[in-house]
Amino acid sequence: MADERFDAVVVGAGPAGSAAAYTMAKAGLKVALIERGEFPGAKNIFGGVIYRRQLEDLIPEFWKEAPLERTVVQQSMWVLGEESAVMLGHHNQRYKDPPNCWTGLRVKFDQWFAGKAEQAGAVPIYETVVTQILRDGERVVGVKTDRDDGELYADIVILADGVNSLLGKQLGIHHEWGPDEVSLAVKEVIALPRQTIQDRFNLEGDEGCTIEIVGQTCQMAGLGFLYTNQDTISLGVGVMVSDLKKARVKPYAVLDGLKQHPMIRKLIRGGEVKEYSGHLIPEGGFNSMPKLAGDGWMVVGDAAQMVNAVHREGTNLAVTSGRLAGETAIEAHKVGHFGVGALDAYTRKIRESIIHKDLKKYRGVHQLLGFGDSSLLFDKMPQALNDAIYNMLLVDGMPKKEKQKKVMRYFREAAGGNAELVRLGMKGWRAMNG
Amino acid sequence: MSQSIEERLFTIRYKADDVSHLIIKSQDECLACETKECNYFCPSDVYLWHDQESMTSVAYENCIECGTCRLGCPTYNIEWVYPKGGYGITYKFG
Repeated sequence: MADERFDAVVVGAGPAGSAAAYTMAKAGLKVALIERGEFPGAKNIFGGVIYRRQLEDLIPEFWKEAPLERTVVQQSMWVLGEESAVMLGHHNQRYKDPPNCWTGLRVKFDQWFAGKAEQAGAVPIYETVVTQILRDGERVVGVKTDRDDGELYADIVILADGVNSLLGKQLGIHHEWGPDEVSLAVKEVIALPRQTIQDRFNLEGDEGCTIEIVGQTCQMAGLGFLYTNQDTISLGVGVMVSDLKKARVKPYAVLDGLKQHPMIRKLIRGGEVKEYSGHLIPEGGFNSMPKLAGDGWMVVGDAAQMVNAVHREGTNLAVTSGRLAGETAIEAHKVGHFGVGALDAYTRKIRESIIHKDLKKYRGVHQLLGFGDSSLLFDKMPQALNDAIYNMLLVDGMPKKEKQKKVMRYFREAAGGNAELVRLGMKGWRAMNG
Repeated sequence: MSQSIEERLFTIRYKADDVSHLIIKSQDECLACETKECNYFCPSDVYLWHDQESMTSVAYENCIECGTCRLGCPTYNIEWVYPKGGYGITYKFG
């Protein structure tokens, strides 16, 4: 491997890295795709949902060959009280054709996607950790791996090394994420017969559903999720690390709490836990995005905090950023310039893309979650909503006008007064519409 | 159907290296640490404080490589790198 030289080296074979490698290899560039796992996907987990739109730009009709689980026709949000739930959802058969998104499992999906990059000509270098960025002055000229004679030189290095991005730190584009810029998700894959899943979730054939869960996260800012796969269920919960640090509660105990909730317990009854997993999720959003390109390098996907926490979109932003970095690399090779002047075109492309627009819209959310009182938004309010609905629907002889007053009192008390309630509403609106 | 953490970790395939990829930089920092939060926030129970020995033990073989400890430790006292290529966890589903 000593004297090998590449047009581009991609570090990390997740969706962002494979998208970049595929784009460049298809255009004839000599690309190395490095992955530290035994195979691409070996270390990767997500909720998870795979979207059509962005990946389709890269591989038309990919869903006819990609390993996907179920076509999502129904998406819901459950706000949990202690032994109750307020449910809001949308079911639509139109999500089947054209498909909007699918549930998926990353071990299969990432292997398939990296395989596409390999077929296009990218050279796979797996079971290999990149330990160092090689530089010549300011310019990045390659990477050093943990293999013998493991130096690889390239005109461009694309960092797709995930949320921890040790290489991004080495490059100095970010020092260390704050505990309020990431959440820790733990997840279980629970096996149930295919027919049982369809019956319990009101699905037929390959139809699938997703449920996002607010509340019952031990007063921490966080979201639970339950997604239907072919013959498994993905059930997990992510909580902000800053809250987890304070709470002194084991992450898997939060998951256990959800599993025992009456609404969830019945859905997973009889299931066998096939896998436990955990991963950090970037939550910093727009304000945490680092510098995206420099002399000889670009950074894509989770490594650049490209996750839309509000809509739990991550893989699609990863794929888009990988493609844009790949296209920038192709243009750079045409003109033979690899400095910041050439690669900054990637930054401009990101700015014009949905990544920048969507993350900018929700730029205030991080502050709402990170610095607010998590127990208010993620415990008191969900419980107040449940108590309010409970009382509205309870026929107990109380006149409706009185009931309405009582219901408002739940929210007021949870928020700590009328003024606080209004302030919270305004803060929430601004956070979602930055 | 709640399981112990041991049962949970048993669902993951591990290939443990002989040497730890997680290093406590200073046990004195751990001794002085009032919260010892790594004993709680780690999703695979890697860290445990021992009063008698006055040290934090590191069960790196259990690590699921999430990175929480690196940025969660109040004094950034954990040196965190990836296991060597091909070592550590391999998921079956992901």
